[in-house]
Amino acid sequence: MALLGRPSRHPPALADGLTARCLPRYALPVTAAAVPVAVLGLFAVTGLQGVAGFVVVSALLFAAAQTALSYLVEGRRSAVDRLCTALLCLAFAAAALPLLLIVGYTVRQGLKVVDLQFLTHSMFRINPEKVGGGVYHAIVGTLVQALLAAAMATPVGVLVAIYLAEYGGRRRFARLVSFVVDVMAGVPSVVAGLFIFTAWILVLGFQKSGFAGAMALFVVMLPVVIRSADEMLRLVPDELREAAYALGIPRWRTILQVVLPAALGGIVTGVMLGVARIAGETAPLLLLVSLNQRIEFNPFAGQTDPRPQETLPTLIFEQFGVAAGNAESPPFQRAWGAALVLIVLIGLLNLVARFVARFARVRG
Amino acid sequence: MAKSLDISGLDVYYGSFLAVQDVSMTIEPNAVTALIGPSGCGKTTVLRALNRMHEVTFGARVEGKVLLEGEDIYAPTIPAVRVRRTIGMVSQKPNPFPTMSIYDNVAAGLRLTDRRNRSGWGDAVERSLRRANLWEEVKDRLAKPGTSLSGGQQQRLCIARAIAVEPQVLLMDEPCSALDPVSTLAIEQLITDLKRRYTIVIVTHNMQQAARVSDRTAFFTVAGNGHPGRLIELADTAQIFSQPTDKKTEDYITGRFG
Repeated sequence: MALLGRPSRHPPALADGLTARCLPRYALPVTAAAVPVAVLGLFAVTGLQGVAGFVVVSALLFAAAQTALSYLVEGRRSAVDRLCTALLCLAFAAAALPLLLIVGYTVRQGLKVVDLQFLTHSMFRINPEKVGGGVYHAIVGTLVQALLAAAMATPVGVLVAIYLAEYGGRRRFARLVSFVVDVMAGVPSVVAGLFIFTAWILVLGFQKSGFAGAMALFVVMLPVVIRSADEMLRLVPDELREAAYALGIPRWRTILQVVLPAALGGIVTGVMLGVARIAGETAPLLLLVSLNQRIEFNPFAGQTDPRPQETLPTLIFEQFGVAAGNAESPPFQRAWGAALVLIVLIGLLNLVARFVARFARVRG
Repeated sequence: MAKSLDISGLDVYYGSFLAVQDVSMTIEPNAVTALIGPSGCGKTTVLRALNRMHEVTFGARVEGKVLLEGEDIYAPTIPAVRVRRTIGMVSQKPNPFPTMSIYDNVAAGLRLTDRRNRSGWGDAVERSLRRANLWEEVKDRLAKPGTSLSGGQQQRLCIARAIAVEPQVLLMDEPCSALDPVSTLAIEQLITDLKRRYTIVIVTHNMQQAARVSDRTAFFTVAGNGHPGRLIELADTAQIFSQPTDKKTEDYITGRFG
């Protein structure tokens, strides 16, 4: 908060010249030091307790104190300005705090369990209630299913986006497609899983498999890819298309070799963010993919021999069930380890997406 | 051999709004014809109608005839793509393709319109860049991106790209308005060179530029807001600037409005 020493519009009393009174540099740090002491005293007197309460009361008191001081010295406008800044900072803290707590707690709990053995072994022939084993089979499952879903969603999604951005225009069918895509984006993933279960397993008679899970993930990922690809294509300026048309280049070639390359960086970013999103989807996988303790690379394997694919989210669910509420037990710890691996995986995917976007932008 | 354009009774509509009404004129081959007039008078609309570029805009349509050496470019049997390969266009703002190198930019018109998709456009690229007076400046860095050039160079690159497909007519929509005076001079000299090979139609806001560069000048104006633009006078440049026949032309040229 760089609030110290900023001159404000002066109060009417100092109507000549431009400079105004402002709070001296030491004012805010002194207040910041005095407030916790005061609140400690308050707590001692009134018998209130708790770290959370202490922090909240101190923050509010500091905001009030600095506003009052500012009002007395600098004038109303500055006081309101400082108050709003303080409120914004408090709001940001309230938003960032859960994220920091989740990441911090996951890292702390997960690191107890994650090591090289954890990352390279499966749970085959390991009693889940005892220490040992790892999540390698789940990492394989998550990556295979997410990438399979992405391989299906990317071409379909980009083609739909090309229709919407280049050909659809204001036509009624294009608006209908756009509406349907928006609705699909809001469909809960468990509903997507239920749909695939009914269509693929009940009606068509296939078995639960990694591929069925990948199809549900495809349903979830498709609207994400369509939306971001559509945005990126629309961002390509019309002048480029016109330059191509003016050369006599037919429309389909313009789209394929002028517009699409110009939008490529953004589209790739959108796809990677879509993959990062579906990597953690749990509900459809619980419906569609059976649990398995062994490593299985083939997503088309069914429920019988060879066995289906485990994924990180389903492993977390399974281990949580085995732990039955005991937070210190090995399965619970294992679940935390898997959660840490999953978060790191998603974080890595996001980083790669940003890197690709920057690389594409610099080159173009 | 450069061709002439015969325009008769051209009306251009955007939806139901009549933007330009009843334009009839002849564009001479191997000459520069300038379209001048105040903002909003329809000069760019007329220019874009000459190679069917208005069809890119939703809801735009044209009535009347535009004949290229006797062939109506609006005939239903002629696809717009073929028309645009014969009648090329250079826009106001230089717009090289950002994902392509200088070489690829110039070759784009050839590569992306050739069904056989041959490679080896080197000769055509060099010829176009030489004709656009850009070869000496870029011959050592053909692989660099098209956007790495200065504004004036980018515009010459766009001109090279447009002439690489060997059009008969070249349409230019205010090609120098986004450039500095030095680049403007370079482009104007280029236009004077190019007219030996191509028929050129140039829209310009700048009357002095029209006087410098063109052989024939057409003056357009619009009666008021919501009215269609019309062609008022078409004559040799020297004559239009010294002895215009219409009062509106004279008012515009002497700066009383516009």
